[in-house]
Amino acid sequence: MTDLNRREFIHRSVKAGLVSAGALGAGWWLHDTRPPALEPLPQSLPGIPDFSGALVEGPAMAIAKGTDRMDMADRALEALGGIRRFVSPGHRVVIKVNAAFASPPAICATSHPDLVTAVVTACRAAGASDVVVTDNPINDPASCFRLTGIGPAAEAAGGRVVLPTADQFSRVTLSGARLIRDWPVLIGPLADADCLIGLAPLKDHHRSGASMTIKNWYGLLGGRRNVFHQDIHTIITELAALVRPTLVILDAVTAMIHNGPTGGSISDLTRTNTLVAGVDQLAVDAMGAELLGRDLSQLPHLRQSADAGLGVLDYHTLNPVAVP
Amino acid sequence: MRLVTIRRITQGFFLVLMIGSCLVNRVGDRWYELRGWPVSWLLELDPLVGLATVLTTGSLYKGLLWGTLTLALTALLGRFFCGWLCPLGTLQQMVGAWTDKGRRPKARAYGRQSHPGQKIKYLLLTALLTMAGVELVCPLVDLSGQGGWIPPVAVILAGIVLIRTGQKTPWKRSTGWAMAVAGSLCLMLGNLLPGNRLLAAGLQTGILDPIPLVYRSVSLVVLPLISPDGTFVVVTGGLLTGGVFVLVLALSAWRPRFYCRYVCPLGALLGLTVRWSVWRMGRQDKNGDACTGCGRCDHHCEGACDPANEIQWAECVLCYNCRDDCPERIMGYSTRPSTTGENPGPDLSRRAVLTAGATGAILLPLARLGDPLGVGWRPDLVRPPGSLTEEAFLNRCIKCGLCMRVCPTNVIQPTVLEAGIEGLWTPRLDFRLGSSGCQHNCIACGSVCPTAAIRPLALEERMGTASFADKGPVRIGTAFMDRGRCLPWAMGIPCIVCQENCPVSPKAITTRTIMETVAGLDRLIVQQVSSRAVHLNLPFTRSPLAGGDYFLAGPAGPQNALRITGLQAGWIQVAGDPAGAGFRQQTPAAVVVRLQQPYVDPLHCIGCGVCQHECPVRGRAAIRVTSENETRSRAHALLAGTGLPHSKD
Ligand code: SF4
Ligand code: SF4
Repeated sequence: MTDLNRREFIHRSVKAGLVSAGALGAGWWLHDTRPPALEPLPQSLPGIPDFSGALVEGPAMAIAKGTDRMDMADRALEALGGIRRFVSPGHRVVIKVNAAFASPPAICATSHPDLVTAVVTACRAAGASDVVVTDNPINDPASCFRLTGIGPAAEAAGGRVVLPTADQFSRVTLSGARLIRDWPVLIGPLADADCLIGLAPLKDHHRSGASMTIKNWYGLLGGRRNVFHQDIHTIITELAALVRPTLVILDAVTAMIHNGPTGGSISDLTRTNTLVAGVDQLAVDAMGAELLGRDLSQLPHLRQSADAGLGVLDYHTLNPVAVP
Repeated sequence: MRLVTIRRITQGFFLVLMIGSCLVNRVGDRWYELRGWPVSWLLELDPLVGLATVLTTGSLYKGLLWGTLTLALTALLGRFFCGWLCPLGTLQQMVGAWTDKGRRPKARAYGRQSHPGQKIKYLLLTALLTMAGVELVCPLVDLSGQGGWIPPVAVILAGIVLIRTGQKTPWKRSTGWAMAVAGSLCLMLGNLLPGNRLLAAGLQTGILDPIPLVYRSVSLVVLPLISPDGTFVVVTGGLLTGGVFVLVLALSAWRPRFYCRYVCPLGALLGLTVRWSVWRMGRQDKNGDACTGCGRCDHHCEGACDPANEIQWAECVLCYNCRDDCPERIMGYSTRPSTTGENPGPDLSRRAVLTAGATGAILLPLARLGDPLGVGWRPDLVRPPGSLTEEAFLNRCIKCGLCMRVCPTNVIQPTVLEAGIEGLWTPRLDFRLGSSGCQHNCIACGSVCPTAAIRPLALEERMGTASFADKGPVRIGTAFMDRGRCLPWAMGIPCIVCQENCPVSPKAITTRTIMETVAGLDRLIVQQVSSRAVHLNLPFTRSPLAGGDYFLAGPAGPQNALRITGLQAGWIQVAGDPAGAGFRQQTPAAVVVRLQQPYVDPLHCIGCGVCQHECPVRGRAAIRVTSENETRSRAHALLAGTGLPHSKD
């Protein structure tokens, strides 16, 4: 063997040895005798912020009569002690509307734009630095916000619409809950908010009996939430526990008494000329049930929520302020 | 003994080993049937299986460690696996040697010369491995980290400056271009990254990898065709599976070892590994003058590597035919390179490799545009018990067919398009075929899967007993009643075979008993009444009327109907006294049938499909299992509170 050949041989052998050892070493390093794990459990949050605390004392509930939602909202808020009781300068406010369907305001299947205008304007006037209007609708979100008039109304009044894009959801596990476990919740806008206001129209709902302010939180759920219709009253009760709002407003000026929750015809509506605002969502819904002509036996979730200590069922004990 | 003879014996041994592995891969008590034989050993020796699954999963599962031994030895010795072990190589070699016999020496030599097409296999390997590993670049182009888009933009700007200032310095210009292109790519991918689906990895090596190919062909085509144990095994897609196998062998009649030379990605991987091997084939005459130029070494070359001239070392499969053929005995295997020179590796252009990689990288994203792993999942795709989530499953399944062969009821079938193109040849359960549904106390498929695409399950885990009691049994789907096809539901005919066969306890099928008027037999008027029989206005016969399920209802309604016990000369015989039950002349009567209508309880159904298999509505069963509620995927949960949503929903 010449020197050149020997040199080349050594050179080559070293490289071959490296490849060989590399293969063995990498194999050894990556070797795993355990079978792969099952679908990994995602991380989930223990809940969402509680917006009900630290309220200045004041009336718990106000019932305004009339036909002009803007005016009624202003008067109801005034009766509760004024919007400044809830919103302080610099606050970030989230308004959860019901924008479930891409239908026009006249159908009343969604929050009325006038009410949105009134509440956003009030929050702005109180010095809120950011007013987010959001929902996770059933129909296409962008269409819903546009066709219901909620989007344009919110923006004209100085609010900001947040659409439910994937990055706005986080998984939440509500302690003790059967259904809200590792479930995606539209938490993005809520995460650093100071104040949460729910705006719900009063509607008939064939599965749950009625759709009011608590049922409105269904719109914060993501994922295949339709499985919860198998156990609708439990999910509404769990929503009452999950979401503790600053304020809710139930719009019953024209309540949908038939064919809910989509309606679709003016003949599904009836005028009750009432708007209820309150800090106890259960009490507000109890009054809503009355306006809709449902008794408590038809709405088990109200009783269940009351039993779970999530609010007052007999709203009269809260001495609601009547605003004629 | 001649080396070639030893090589042939070794090849024969591994061929028999492979066929034997497939043959014994059955559950049963015949002498040869599976009793812990290492049926997947050859698959585990195949380093492409290991490498590709490492790319898709980041780990090397269990026996796949054997593949590293193959690689390590190949790096030192050359492609011994191809020439000595690979059963597909052996089969092709047999075909090639046989057809070569009829050729004149010149034609024979021509067919065994190297050809530029031999590079194709390297490009196929590149495409397949890119497909498997493309997701690994995700962290490199993640712009959401610190600095965001600033670093790539800075790189681009620096590159542009270099290009502009380096008019006369070529290295500056090319570095500048490289920086600009790399920066732009990072920026582009990074911007697209969150939420974009461009980088989707998946395992597709199994389509072309010769060891899975030969296992699959023997298990799913050869053995069922020759049926060595006399059982009739049904296999779907046989023409496709077998056609590929036949084509591979037929092409080797045209060019010996056609598949090895032009297609085989495993051969390509090993070809890349031998570049610096210590021992190599070649002309070993010290002074380079002993060769008479007869060219015989080329005549039986299996790898088409031109031993007479510059030997293409990456192509050599160590068949030793050249050594055997050389009359001067100067061809040999040694640590010295060939005196006629050698080319250690495939000459691949960078452009071709990049094109192949890019082609591979874009194919899976295309296949997944329809989101078959998310909202577009296929409910008819029921995977074997223990299967991982669909994505993880596809990252591991090498399409070897072991699970299909081992399934004692033959219910596991290879897919053709049922799981999409990327799921080709993966296992699915076809409850219409096979001898029964999926046996709820069987764990065979998971125990033979070499990559754990089907996790090995303990029997307790499968059945949800002992320490698995709180988790419940493994569900592979849920049975759904088709009330429009079910005999008791749609046609008033008693049946409930499904309920009877449901193997879980308590049964997942419950029934509700109803009395239903038999269609067309409800216009009856009583003519005469005797002590044990009634004569009606219309004569009729129906064979099972007296079978015990049919009753005659009178004025007292169907709940008090009398069981029909016989039909004679227009008289309907009943159990009980018709007069006492209110039957009078001219009162209306009706024939009613007592039906048990089945319901599925999704909490207890494990999706085994036994009901579907047994349902007498045979064409499209009246009860059918789809993958709803399967344990492996929370996204497919059916019941509120039992599963979790999927992020893609
Ligand atoms: S076996 Fe088929 S036809 Fe019979 S009851 Fe069950 S689903 Fe109906
Ligand atoms: S698929 Fe479900 S209902 Fe049918 S036999 Fe199996 S466990 Fe019973």
